Amino acid sequence: MFKTVPKRIKEIRFGLISPKEYRKMSVTRVITADTYDDDGFPIEMGLMDPRMGVIDPGLRCKTCAGRAGECPGHFGHVELIAPVIHVGFAKLIRKILRGTCRECSALLLDSNHKKKYLEQIRTMRKMGQPIEDITNEVFKEARKPKICMYCGAKQLDVKVEKPSTYVEKMGDHDHKLMPSDIRVRLEKISNEDIEVIGMDPNNARPEWVILTVLPVPPVTMRPSITLESGQRSEDDLTHKLVDIIRINQRFQENREAGAPQLIIEDLWELLQYHVTTFMDNAVSGVPPARHRSGRPLKTLSQRLKGKEGRFRGSLSGKRVNFSARTVISPDPNLSVSEVGVPLSIAMEMTIPVNVTTRNIEEVREYIRRGPDNHPGANYIERSDRRRIKITDINREEMAETIELGWKIDRQLKNGDIVLFNRQPSLHRMSIMAHNVKVLPHKTFRLNPAVCPPYNADFDGDEMNMHVLQTEEARAEAMMLIHVQENILSPRFGGPIIGGIHDHISGMYLLTRGDSRLSKSEILDMLSKTKIEELSEPAGEVDGKPYWTGKQAVSHILPSGLNMAYRAGICENCDTCKKENCDLDAYVLVKDGQLLSGTIEEKAVGAFKGLIVDKIIKDYGSARGLQFINDATMLGIKGVMHYGFSFGISDEDIPNEASIQITELLGEAEDKVMNLILVYNEGNLEPLPGRTVDETLELKIMQELGKARDTTGNIAGKYLGLENAAVVMAKSGARGSMLNLTQMAGCVGQQAVRGERIRRGYAGRTLSNFHTGDLGAAAHGFVKNSYKSGLSPTEYFFHAIGGREGLVDTAVRTSQSGYLQRRLVNALQDLEVQYDGTVKDTRGMVVQFKYGEDGIDPMKSEFSKPQAIQWIIESVTSKEVK
Amino acid sequence: MKGSNKFSLLDHNLVPHHQLLSENEASQVLKKYNINKEQLPKIKVKEPVIQEIGGQVSDIVKVIRTSQTAREAEFYRLVIE
Ligand SMILES: [Mg+2]
Ligand SMILES: [Zn+2]
Ligand SMILES: [Zn+2]
Ligand SMILES: [Zn+2]
Repeated sequence: MFKTVPKRIKEIRFGLISPKEYRKMSVTRVITADTYDDDGFPIEMGLMDPRMGVIDPGLRCKTCAGRAGECPGHFGHVELIAPVIHVGFAKLIRKILRGTCRECSALLLDSNHKKKYLEQIRTMRKMGQPIEDITNEVFKEARKPKICMYCGAKQLDVKVEKPSTYVEKMGDHDHKLMPSDIRVRLEKISNEDIEVIGMDPNNARPEWVILTVLPVPPVTMRPSITLESGQRSEDDLTHKLVDIIRINQRFQENREAGAPQLIIEDLWELLQYHVTTFMDNAVSGVPPARHRSGRPLKTLSQRLKGKEGRFRGSLSGKRVNFSARTVISPDPNLSVSEVGVPLSIAMEMTIPVNVTTRNIEEVREYIRRGPDNHPGANYIERSDRRRIKITDINREEMAETIELGWKIDRQLKNGDIVLFNRQPSLHRMSIMAHNVKVLPHKTFRLNPAVCPPYNADFDGDEMNMHVLQTEEARAEAMMLIHVQENILSPRFGGPIIGGIHDHISGMYLLTRGDSRLSKSEILDMLSKTKIEELSEPAGEVDGKPYWTGKQAVSHILPSGLNMAYRAGICENCDTCKKENCDLDAYVLVKDGQLLSGTIEEKAVGAFKGLIVDKIIKDYGSARGLQFINDATMLGIKGVMHYGFSFGISDEDIPNEASIQITELLGEAEDKVMNLILVYNEGNLEPLPGRTVDETLELKIMQELGKARDTTGNIAGKYLGLENAAVVMAKSGARGSMLNLTQMAGCVGQQAVRGERIRRGYAGRTLSNFHTGDLGAAAHGFVKNSYKSGLSPTEYFFHAIGGREGLVDTAVRTSQSGYLQRRLVNALQDLEVQYDGTVKDTRGMVVQFKYGEDGIDPMKSEFSKPQAIQWIIESVTSKEVK
Repeated sequence: MKGSNKFSLLDHNLVPHHQLLSENEASQVLKKYNINKEQLPKIKVKEPVIQEIGGQVSDIVKVIRTSQTAREAEFYRLVIE
């Protein structure tokens, strides 16, 4: 048996393996395609020869005496009856054949050139630069001479057919070069010439790219599986090797029997095919070898290449234990830092617990509960490391026998810390640590406020959970990747977790104007939060005390908080009236009391959330998390209190508004017709840097865009501020005024690549229009709203415009994914050191101060240098300009 | 090369300020970052600005660049062949 001695790799040298070396590393020559004899034992000198390693338990390797699992496997070899080309080098062979003499194999360059190129190659090698450019030039130059300058032989064109057939043009007929002919030529190339073509004659003689010996991979890398029926099923590689050996044998028999040249050539080609597909079953021009079922075989290169290949599929990433995956659904009653785990998953996933004097009674209870009674335990590991499954039958007994120093696998229970992840994991907040809350049903539940960092929604998204197995991992997760430590994003220095949708609508409804709440109402409002004391009422009406909506929010703000900012609904009046703003857009917080302003997206929303940001930066992440929890709960209560719904009738606008919109659009169309008229008369003045045609298009687009916006304003005016869509758009909860315009006013111009739609029939977009019609309707202007419904031609144009968006996103995601991969690979092991420098793993300095200013972007104020201003504002609670 | 230029490269607004460090300054820099010379970013002697300030192989130059985040940022480079 091999002893594994740890060794340090000093250097890696790449080259070709010579036939001699193949034979030297081989433990047996393989001569028969058979695998096992009738008794099920591997046949000597067969494909499963026990010298090449063993896979059956109980047998021992005839080379290293190791058992299955211990023996690493050993190579065998097949003596090929005739040489074949290694597909991986087909291109190199082509280049060499074209650049060397067909008689004397000299590289067709004069000695001065050879010397020059050799020198260039040597200097590039010394500098660690690629030599491809030079060798390509060598081959290009060497291809040119028609007559050998050394022996005077006339050179012929070498044509390549499919991957590995080389044909010489001899006058009017073609002469096929057999691999043996090629090998003879390659053998004759001098060591000096080999260096000029960029190869190392000691490690890679060119003739070694023509195989005369084929290595047979160890049995361990192509294990056969025994099916339930007792039948053996061989690995794809073994199948391929069987083919090779069979053809090799037939070839030999035919040649010895003196078969005609034609048959020999056919068999040779067949052997070439099998060796080619053995190495790569996806070579273009070669039909892939298939299994009897029709499935293409997975041969050597298929094992390595691509996403599921050895590198990307088994080494950079692999399947792991202690993980679970299921569909996600929302639960606003969970804390932002919790994750709802289905009971069935919690009973399957375990955490190892060491039995100590302090927890032995607790452990006993877990065992007593068994595997079917959550929270129980599934396994016991004794001090001799033997594992015993806890069953309903042995649980009582096991509970009694448990000893100190043993371990149990305890089921997941409330409060455990797990990692939660949604792909694609594009930033670090794609994996966060949550606290478990075991819940009924079959989905993972999460608070909608953590959707933004995961970019999750509930239209069928699935997420992964990983259960941490060690105390260190759990401690690290708590301190570094817990949700509360990731509320602020290092991307922009603001909160990425915060209220969305109804949270924001609710807060907006609750705090706008002077909404009033009775005692029972405000108590209900705050019932889901952690507030224990109710503040003094704002006043009394008819002897009954009332509280304002702003007061409700004040309850969840930390005392001592001072803030002043303009909310998102501010319309930037010429002179801001501050607290007395007509729109209630000036948010003023003094000592944790919301004195004026409306709470909306800019206060608590994900990505914006100024209040969330301020609380985390002044009071810490724990307080920030509590605030988000309270604010989202309050928001939900608010939206439930006021009631919030949206339906098709909410897009209704009064008749007079419709008339106004129709008139307006009519006018716009008239203006467009007018522009076209001026254009046709040749009187349109071109804009600077534009042609007349472009100017017309631009002006039409401008006119129609203006008209669309105006319809939106009209619709918005009639819908009023109570309309749910308006509330959502104004508060930033969802949608925009543009969406509203398109629903109630006018959908507007459909565009492809930023221009009006022009493609379609010759001279017109659709057969409904006249050729040359430049009007609004003929080029994709949709007059109708989604509510009024699109006309057939409008519908068509809308589909065209919509398609562009879909194509764009599809293309963008694939491109940005590739960019991301490359960036991550390039930057993954750079590290910010404790001294603020950025170094790679070799200790090379990349930056002397991280980001040149040494600032952690997560702790910056929205990545802007505003810290001083914020400090002044919080001290004076006045806005600083 | 030195002195034959009509204009100094360093006067160009796209060329950051380069300055040779004395032996003493150089060892202080290495001490400050607790590194040896080879860990520094490199710059070739043939680089015009290095020729202008008369840098020799194994000298250390200090580069002061304008920075978007920190206004001015200091870098150090090892002159190599
Ligand atoms: Mg989705
Ligand atoms: Zn072995
Ligand atoms: Zn020749
Ligand atoms: Zn205002």
